[in-house]
Amino acid sequence: MEQLMKAITQDQIRNDLPQINIGDTLKVYLKIKEGDKERVQLFEGILIARKHGGINETITVRRVSYGVGVERVIPINSPNIDRIEVSRRGKVRRAKLYYLRDRVGKSAKVKEKIVGKEQ
Amino acid sequence: MEKAIIGKKIGMTQIFASDGKVVPVTVVEAGPCTVVQKKSLDNDGYESVQIGFTNLKEKHITKPIKGHFDKTGTAPKRFLREFRLNDCAALNVGDEIKCDVFAEADKVDVIGISKGKGFAGTVKRFRTHRGPMAHGSGYHRGPGSMGACSTPSRVLKGKKLPGHMGVDRVTVLNLEVVKVDAERNLLLIKGAIPGPKGGIVTVRNAIKA
Repeated sequence: MEQLMKAITQDQIRNDLPQINIGDTLKVYLKIKEGDKERVQLFEGILIARKHGGINETITVRRVSYGVGVERVIPINSPNIDRIEVSRRGKVRRAKLYYLRDRVGKSAKVKEKIVGKEQ
Repeated sequence: MEKAIIGKKIGMTQIFASDGKVVPVTVVEAGPCTVVQKKSLDNDGYESVQIGFTNLKEKHITKPIKGHFDKTGTAPKRFLREFRLNDCAALNVGDEIKCDVFAEADKVDVIGISKGKGFAGTVKRFRTHRGPMAHGSGYHRGPGSMGACSTPSRVLKGKKLPGHMGVDRVTVLNLEVVKVDAERNLLLIKGAIPGPKGGIVTVRNAIKA
């Protein structure tokens, strides 16, 4: 029965998105419909959580906008995502970066991961 | 009732609609079902069709069961349901009913047997309020007052008290069919339906839509 459930959602799971990890700074391009016009909106922030699995998987992206923390929970398999770009790889030691919510200024930053040349 | 089918609840998941919105769906393996018997006005006093779902294992076929299916020459089925369809004459014994009788955006009713909750108190069974859990109240999840004293000197009928909950026949009306997968005999129905995974459900066209 479980295999059947997977097979149902298989064709809606997106494989075109890049590999993303917790702590990365992401540029998420979202398709927004306004009346009959469609445009692409950019949301840039730190990936602080990934939840659930399969078709249900969501990401939480946090940014500080005009001094106010904003978090968006985005279903990763949503057709409303135009594309995702990774602008910075982060070096983190936990899977959920909720501690960033309580911090301001320099301590609210994530160290950059220096990635060697891929072979 | 125009159409009906027997199915098995597979479980719940979600899919994305064409506008990108998430739709919660229940997956039902519906059919293929076979018409096992036809009841007629002359013989039975009313018109209906009896439909069977999934074959019965050889070792489970008893002589009385065999007799019933031998009458019409159909393979013994595990689950039987009878439907008083509007147009029973259109179906013959041995005809197959597949899930593609339903189409996308159809409204359907789903009938199933709800999950058993055992012997449940009134808070769970009738959604009564509970008492304060602290400050020395001593009254937490009780059923409340049994009524007045010497008049009527009995508990009134219908007083909500603990008892067995669940394993009831439950009908959910006007659910929407989101997708029909004729290849895999699957119906994707928006929202929740009664019963556990693997439970047998009946899907019919919505009678009150």
